[in-house]
Amino acid sequence: MSSGAIIMMVLALSITWGGAAICIAIAIKKRNKRES
Amino acid sequence: MQREQWNSRIGFILAAVGSAIGLGNIWRFPYMAYENGGGAFFIPYLFAMISAGIPFMIMEFSLGHKLRGAAPKVFSRLGIHYGLRLEWLGWFQVLIAAVIAVYYVAIIGWTISFLGFSFTQSWGSDTNAFFFNEYLQLGDNSPTSLGVFQPHIAVPMAIAWAITSLAIFTGVRGGIERASKIMMPLLFIMVLILIGRIVFLPGALEGLNYLFQPDFSKIMDTKVWSAAYGQIFFTLSVGFAIMLAYSSYLPEKSDINNNAFMTVLINCGFSIMGGIMIFGVLGYMAMEQAKPLTEVVTSGVGLAFVTIPAAINLLPAPYILGPLFFFALVVAGLSSHISILEAVTSAIMDKLHLPRKKAAALVCGSGFIISMAFATNGGLLLLDLIDYFINNVALLFSCFIELIILTWLFKIADIRDYTNRLSEFTIGRWFELCLRFISPAMLGIILVRNLVNTVNNGYGDYPIADQIILGWGLIATMLFISLLINLASNHEEKL
Repeated sequence: MSSGAIIMMVLALSITWGGAAICIAIAIKKRNKRES
Repeated sequence: MQREQWNSRIGFILAAVGSAIGLGNIWRFPYMAYENGGGAFFIPYLFAMISAGIPFMIMEFSLGHKLRGAAPKVFSRLGIHYGLRLEWLGWFQVLIAAVIAVYYVAIIGWTISFLGFSFTQSWGSDTNAFFFNEYLQLGDNSPTSLGVFQPHIAVPMAIAWAITSLAIFTGVRGGIERASKIMMPLLFIMVLILIGRIVFLPGALEGLNYLFQPDFSKIMDTKVWSAAYGQIFFTLSVGFAIMLAYSSYLPEKSDINNNAFMTVLINCGFSIMGGIMIFGVLGYMAMEQAKPLTEVVTSGVGLAFVTIPAAINLLPAPYILGPLFFFALVVAGLSSHISILEAVTSAIMDKLHLPRKKAAALVCGSGFIISMAFATNGGLLLLDLIDYFINNVALLFSCFIELIILTWLFKIADIRDYTNRLSEFTIGRWFELCLRFISPAMLGIILVRNLVNTVNNGYGDYPIADQIILGWGLIATMLFISLLINLASNHEEKL
């Protein structure tokens, strides 16, 4: 794979799955806060 | 009648993600990306996701949650506030869902058949002839001359109906939520296993290079941007009643913004995973057959039932990877089909005040009978023609009208205030800007382009009479029925 292709693949995966991971972390944090 | 509720937040998110993730994520998205600049396509695609997909999803979640009903009830209640009669738009969306439900199940039926074939690769070496001549027995039929009934296609379709109906009959918690909690993790695990094996095959990385290699010259091409926005609208199950129905089952104190972000991001992330899986296989296939990848790349039905079976023939341990691939397709299809049927069922329950089981029996029973039209020699042709008009005209029209009404006739800022009060994080004015300007502009461009193209050139090689009856005629009938229900409804009644 070329470096351009690798960069675009990592970028696309980071924005989507990274974004989803951040959202899930926020949800867990808020839930823990409510429960404590 | 008290409205049903999701049992858990994760149940709702998995159901919404299950609805959005369908066959298109696996067989449409990779080809779209490849054809529209490879890696460079991800720039407009991710921009479309943020500027159209996420705001649209927040808007639909908010409306369903606030107005507590299926699409007709939501638009009717919304209209009452402003002295307008908008129930027709909800029914038009429900009819889109109903039409999709009856042909989508045919594709799931084919996928179930191919799951069976994949254990022994009984499609042989000429997969094209197998699918079109032996399996479908297409012959010289047309969308209006369907040939004879094909029991071997009807049986797997009946299996798909049985699974979907069971989920709809048993309700939101016991059926849809439980099915989503099983199906979605299973789908992700299967796709991850497939990717884990495929990327180590020779030629797979070359295939990924074709998918992700950026061609930045295409970034300035408006067609690429249209394709990116079109893909986002197609993939998210917005604009045809599903997300309104699903979000109407959310408990009163529920997050909106974060749920919408998660649904959209996971769906788009899964599409990229689907691209890695498909292009990895195609890269390996191209290398094995000593052909350039451009000669093997395809999309849609041709990809799933002709190219992939041919690729499976070449794979190591095809009796494991083949069934895994088709089982993943079956699960992706079923989870979407459940949501499409729920959108119709919940609208019938709201309108006729029927208990769930009666409404489900009505919807699933009539859907099953109508869908048998696709279990014929010419079923594929009928499906192809209807699918084109529903996706490229009716669905885009519905999304466009919904956006215009909600953002230009009503105060979209009210929706933002409502959702910010409930959510784990707030959204700014970008939400309104995206929904008022960017999304309608892009949708308008795509819709006008599709309309002009379809009016001037028609679709495919189908006879003009078939296109008028089954394409334009079907949409006109759906619109007429929606308006008729709207006229007949007593909008003073407490909905």
